[in-house]
Amino acid sequence: MLEAEIRVMLKKTVLDPQGQVVKHALESLNHKDIEDLRVGRLVYVKLNTDDREGAKQNLEKMCKQLLANPIIEDYKIYLNPST
Amino acid sequence: MKFGVVVFPGSNCDRDCYYVIKDILRKPVSYIWHKETDLNGFDCVILPGGFSHGDYLRAGAIARFSPVMNTIADFADKGGVVIGICNGFQILLEAGLLPGAMLRNKGLHFICRYEYIKVENSDTPFTGIYKMGQILRMPIAHNDGNYYLDDEGVADLEKNKQVVFRYLSNPNGSVNNIAGIVNKKGNILGMMPHPERSSETALGSKDGLYIFESMVKWLENKR
Repeated sequence: MLEAEIRVMLKKTVLDPQGQVVKHALESLNHKDIEDLRVGRLVYVKLNTDDREGAKQNLEKMCKQLLANPIIEDYKIYLNPST
Repeated sequence: MKFGVVVFPGSNCDRDCYYVIKDILRKPVSYIWHKETDLNGFDCVILPGGFSHGDYLRAGAIARFSPVMNTIADFADKGGVVIGICNGFQILLEAGLLPGAMLRNKGLHFICRYEYIKVENSDTPFTGIYKMGQILRMPIAHNDGNYYLDDEGVADLEKNKQVVFRYLSNPNGSVNNIAGIVNKKGNILGMMPHPERSSETALGSKDGLYIFESMVKWLENKR
């Protein structure tokens, strides 16, 4: 079994209003050392296969089809053995 | 001439659209369940507002895979008239039938209020009755209406006169104040303001009704 964590973030070139608000909130709590803050989405997938290469390809396909919108979002896949 | 109103799980403006077509416009209309794959007999399809599939993941991201969406792509390809309102616009974007994507509103608030929009192209099946530059009063009600497209794409939209409606004051952060666009061919419109909620004077504005009337006129002239 394999486990994947897929991190979906708004592209760097796209304004992240949610990240801006969270940054301001932290600053109002006296955290003055924040240069930038962005909020994304984490998708956790457990796969019933041990085929790493096949799994990677399928996860790529999942991201392109549904999990991320390539116009506004980037994604990164982290694949690990199931714990 | 027949209108169809698509119903996704979570659509909530479907009845308003149906009511406007049937009781104000007095044209034949029926609901189309999102699993339907046959659009024979329809001249115009409306994708209504709401929260299809709970807006999970991204607004419209799940609905675009409903069986009816492939049929709608074929329908539009053959020249059928399609209008997506609010969540319907978001679905058209996710489906790639219109260019761009929606981000959270710039101020992070769900905005529900009247806005003024300007007609930027009166030469479409949806805007024939309006005058170029006419100002319309219509309500918006959305969380994700911050229209985004890269610079190159926006330049393309502007060049091809695909921007149909623009906000006078930008409520949500949309690039170039964009409130509604058509595809290159001009037969698919997506817009965030709600014309079906502004089709009767008793409801505060009748400015939206002329979108549906323009469509009727356009379809009648086509015959």
